[in-house]
Amino acid sequence: MRTSAYYQTKRLSINILIHLFLISVALTCLFPLFWMISSSLKSQEAIFKDASLIPRVFHFENYLRAWIEGGFGRYFLNSIFYTVAVVGGIVVISSLAAYGFSRLEFPGRNFLFIMFMAAMMIPIPGSFVPLYVLLNKLGLRNTPQGYILAMINVGLSTSIFLLKTFFDKMPKELEDAARIDGCSKLGIWWNVALPLSKPVLAVVVVFNALNVWNEYVLAMIIFDDKALMPLQRALMVFQGEFVTNYPLLMAGLTITALPIILVYLLMQKYIVKGVTQGALVG
Amino acid sequence: MKLKSTLENYLFVLPAVAIFSIFYIYPFLKVFQLSFFDWDGIVAFKDAIPVGWENFKEILVDRIWWQSMWNAGYITVIALIFQNALAFLLAWACDREIRAKNFYRVVFFIPPVLSEIVVGLVWQWILDGNYGLLNQWLAHFGLGHLARNWLSDPKTTLTAVAAVHCWKGFGWGFLIFLAGLQTIPRELYEAARVDGANAWQAFRKITMPMMVPVAVLVAVLTVLGTMQAFVLIIAMTGGGPAYHTQVPVLRILASMQGSSRFGYACAQGISFGVILVAISFIQYRFSHKARQI
Repeated sequence: MRTSAYYQTKRLSINILIHLFLISVALTCLFPLFWMISSSLKSQEAIFKDASLIPRVFHFENYLRAWIEGGFGRYFLNSIFYTVAVVGGIVVISSLAAYGFSRLEFPGRNFLFIMFMAAMMIPIPGSFVPLYVLLNKLGLRNTPQGYILAMINVGLSTSIFLLKTFFDKMPKELEDAARIDGCSKLGIWWNVALPLSKPVLAVVVVFNALNVWNEYVLAMIIFDDKALMPLQRALMVFQGEFVTNYPLLMAGLTITALPIILVYLLMQKYIVKGVTQGALVG
Repeated sequence: MKLKSTLENYLFVLPAVAIFSIFYIYPFLKVFQLSFFDWDGIVAFKDAIPVGWENFKEILVDRIWWQSMWNAGYITVIALIFQNALAFLLAWACDREIRAKNFYRVVFFIPPVLSEIVVGLVWQWILDGNYGLLNQWLAHFGLGHLARNWLSDPKTTLTAVAAVHCWKGFGWGFLIFLAGLQTIPRELYEAARVDGANAWQAFRKITMPMMVPVAVLVAVLTVLGTMQAFVLIIAMTGGGPAYHTQVPVLRILASMQGSSRFGYACAQGISFGVILVAISFIQYRFSHKARQI
């Protein structure tokens, strides 16, 4: 006779199995990061002999050396600058456009909007070739402006899509009231539409910030000058020059990865929302 | 008055349209034009030599190009099977009343938010042939004979890259599958249980059919993402040893930067883009069929 105790034990053991499975995968996700940090704290001599998980002596000075001698301080500031500039540009330009597509009348509106959406669907591998040619011709290659403009373009389509979807569902009454009070279109966008769209703006900001911080390809094609490079590009250059300096490389990697992990942990609500919204709509 | 208002409305979309035209539309059209020329990117474009379909004909017999296509296909098949199976199992395990659900969800999405460069370089260090942790552990557990130079041994390098790619990518599928599972109304399962269906029957008759569109979406995203992946490979192997981890986008890059053949690089890009669009089209058609069953 199977009793309820039998079922409870069975249920419990299934739950334990599931947790074991989940925990082992979670450990696999976290371990390489742990190893990266651990390696970044070992000395150059110890790192090749000592495979202990926790360094015997903590060499925190590796971070100072990476920051100054490795130049990662410079690259870090470059990355911050590009991320802020690109995300700021995307927020202003895409919210203006999304508001226009959602609320304002003008000939060719649908055509232009479909054009932006088609860009999300059609993969063009190798579009960096003509982009390189173009930036060269415009004198924008190896300049921060060139990189920032090209990166703003990368984020436009998705951001316009997210914001327009939000504006379409927003009640019109507040805007009507503002209009009666004599507010201009630009004033309504700034005073009414933008404040209301804060939740979706957060998704736009977080997603584009991750994207810019992690970007490699355009940075590789655009920058020759080391002083202008963002972190991702600089890491590859550093690795090419100091092939075996693993502690400093690992310190550089940690400097690159930590801000992203922090932003992710603080903003993960918006990231999950962005992924699922973006994916399930398409 | 009306005209002024319309012009004013255009101003809202003007910055976006301007940037988009210069940095997206123009390169898009230029790819097609360049693909019919032999051009080194240095001389003025008016001196480039028009070659008709020669670039495309050359692609047909470019052995390294097709090997790179094969390599990308290999990584994609591994990702389609293992990465997505893992993603689905994890989503299914998390879609229930279980402790620490949120913790798992947060952790599984850490690899996807890291950059490919960071992931590639950390794993390159772990897989290093002389001092890498993996080989040290193998030796420690008496499996030293299995130790090898994972990334420079032609036998293992592509699979190692594929495994790291899956490690980095499964979190995406996990989140999408989980969102999909959560849209299935709980009442359906209640009703099935009342009708005497067991867990497997409920899974087979409710979960699976409801998840077909989500699974197709994940599959399409996996194929498009994996076929075009290359930054991770730059960080791990640089495409070596001897072309064993070359993938199409790396070849396009090599045509452009290595051999300064801008026209050929664009022709490669177009052929590859057409193949990608065709694959995702076939997958969507397939999903239509699957939904009718």
